Amino acid sequence: MLTCKDASRLISENLERRLGFWERMGLRMHLWICVNCRRFERQMNFMHAALRKLGKRAEVADDSTEFPPEARERIRKALAERCEHDHTH
Amino acid sequence: MTGSILGSPESWLDEHGAALYKYALMHTRDQHRAEEAVQETLLAALQARDRFSGGASARTWLIGILKHKIVDMFRHDAREVQLEDPEEEAYLDEDEIDAMFIPNGHWRVKTAEWGDPEDLLERGQFMEILQRCLDALPPRLARLFMLREVMEEDSEKICQELAITPTNLWTMLYRARLGLRQCLDRNWVGHAVHAAARG
Repeated sequence: MLTCKDASRLISENLERRLGFWERMGLRMHLWICVNCRRFERQMNFMHAALRKLGKRAEVADDSTEFPPEARERIRKALAERCEHDHTH
Repeated sequence: MTGSILGSPESWLDEHGAALYKYALMHTRDQHRAEEAVQETLLAALQARDRFSGGASARTWLIGILKHKIVDMFRHDAREVQLEDPEEEAYLDEDEIDAMFIPNGHWRVKTAEWGDPEDLLERGQFMEILQRCLDALPPRLARLFMLREVMEEDSEKICQELAITPTNLWTMLYRARLGLRQCLDRNWVGHAVHAAARG
């Protein structure tokens, strides 16, 4: 029988790889009788979803972050230099 | 047509600079490195602009390039810096994980019901706490974890690029998940659940 510790590790790895047949069976049996690990699994799935959402949110983010003007200027210069370089070659 | 959608390199900086910077900062946690990543991204975009298909938005295209640049940086770091950092190694090591369980392997503290995920995800405040809890992880562990969970990089690719074994990766992700869970439990969810019980 799996311990909760084993189960928690398998729940995490289930997000990374396809568990083997006996691992899946063992985990399923354990979850069937263990309310704490069922909650742990929900927590893991929830975190997984939340982190993905965080990534998506960052991709569509607008100007809510301070983009240091000096940094912007340095990048603008680098871009301009590269453009010029491309034109002359 | 695609040219007009993509716009000029100058306009990339104006329209997407802040978003790219924010994204880079979230992953690198360092202003200089974030700036470097954004600059590298725009220079690479300039070079590859003919390959912009117009299928995706300019923002998505640029973020895609930025992701590559960030992974490149991490890979470079992994080679430069020695892999074992005692402080990082000590974070949620085997002993600390063992301490979460009683000797027969059961949870020492009952796991909490976190409530309705949909509801929590809609709250901006939760996302802020999530971000803060990510920031509280040791830097290298956080970076690896975010590569996998936030950037949704492929496990196999991470192992290849950072030259670690899958078992090693799974162990680190497990530690990061336990750490993040502990932090969320303490800082948000616990409060929400208790507040709901009181209310």
